Amino acid sequence: MISGEQTPTQYIQHHLKNWTVGEGFWAVNVDTILWSVLLGTLFLWSFRKVAKKSSAGVPGKWQCFVEMIVEFVDNSVKESFHGKDKLIAPLALTIFVWIFLMNLMDLVPVDWLPTAAMYIGYWLGFAESPHDIYFKVVPTTDLNTTFALSLSVFALIIIYSIKYKGIKGFTKEMTMNPFNHWTLIPVNFVLESITLLAKPASLALRLFGNLYAGELIFILIAMIGLFQLPAHFAWAVFHILVITLQAFIFMMLTIVYLSMASSEH
Amino acid sequence: MDINATLIGQTIAFIVFVWFCMKFVWPPIINAIEERQKKIADGLNAGERAQKDLEKAQEEIAEQLKEAKQQAAEIVEQAKKRGAKIVEEETQRGHEEREKIVASGHEEVTAERNRAREELRKQVAVLAVTGAQKIIEREIDKDAHSDIVEKLVAEL
Repeated sequence: MISGEQTPTQYIQHHLKNWTVGEGFWAVNVDTILWSVLLGTLFLWSFRKVAKKSSAGVPGKWQCFVEMIVEFVDNSVKESFHGKDKLIAPLALTIFVWIFLMNLMDLVPVDWLPTAAMYIGYWLGFAESPHDIYFKVVPTTDLNTTFALSLSVFALIIIYSIKYKGIKGFTKEMTMNPFNHWTLIPVNFVLESITLLAKPASLALRLFGNLYAGELIFILIAMIGLFQLPAHFAWAVFHILVITLQAFIFMMLTIVYLSMASSEH
Repeated sequence: MDINATLIGQTIAFIVFVWFCMKFVWPPIINAIEERQKKIADGLNAGERAQKDLEKAQEEIAEQLKEAKQQAAEIVEQAKKRGAKIVEEETQRGHEEREKIVASGHEEVTAERNRAREELRKQVAVLAVTGAQKIIEREIDKDAHSDIVEKLVAEL
């Protein structure tokens, strides 16, 4: 815990607030965008390095590591998605690694980056007081990120449904399931719509909830004084699992949803 | 924590990342992996094939060795037989030669003997005649009694 003059509530609130520029809907969370783009670029840059000089010869260490991840994702895709598709595998890879990296920011000690940003911002004259500067480093604890991901996946679900089943097939699926009778079309439609909408909502909220809760616990641990060190360590070790698992779940569910969308019932 | 324009920004970022990944990252890596997998599989196959070839070659070698040994044994056997035959033949010929030599010796001896006997007979006849002549010179005519002496000589 950094500053003595803050009350615990202020401290927590300070940590959970984004660096926002603008007002209302058109406001932008600069920190979220900054970190996510930075991490996404890191992912693409480091993987591109391998891709550029990849050959069937003896691979280097980094190439081995990248290929391990690629193969893992490829296997996951092949297990659930039958048929050929150029988008799903790279999509799954991007989701997995990007979310993993964003989640990984959770393991950076909670005060480091916000405090640094606080003083740098104050020094550059962005705010009257250091405490007016907010800096959240885990993009996946921002609903905007998780919903951006899940809504993109949702759009793909609809695109794939129409692409593989046609508008007619998709409409039929939305209206004639689960009760195959024309009088029950409204009921079917309501049920199917809920099913469909639940997919992006659950994707986004699951990821957000897990990471937000994890972050909150890190913040709470940061306030208990000297004993925070072992507590931090224990929670961080456990959190590694959550980070990886959530990235994997998001990727896996995306694949499953898309394979469901592209195959007949 | 509110939903705001960040959502749009993140969506755009996400689309760009996925697009980049799809275009420039995924294909080369997965191609390299698949190519390598094929190479390794080919290598393993080749190894297996070489192993089989080796086994076959070894079998062939064993076979050929056996054959060669058999042939060698045959040749030795033949040589022995031929040697024995030659020895036998030579022995036979030696015998024959000896026989021949002995026979011709015999013949020669016989001829010699006959000749000697003839000679002797003649000489004896001459001697007898001479003797008789000497005797008869005293008492009889040589011509009158020569047929008697001849008869005597022939009886020898």
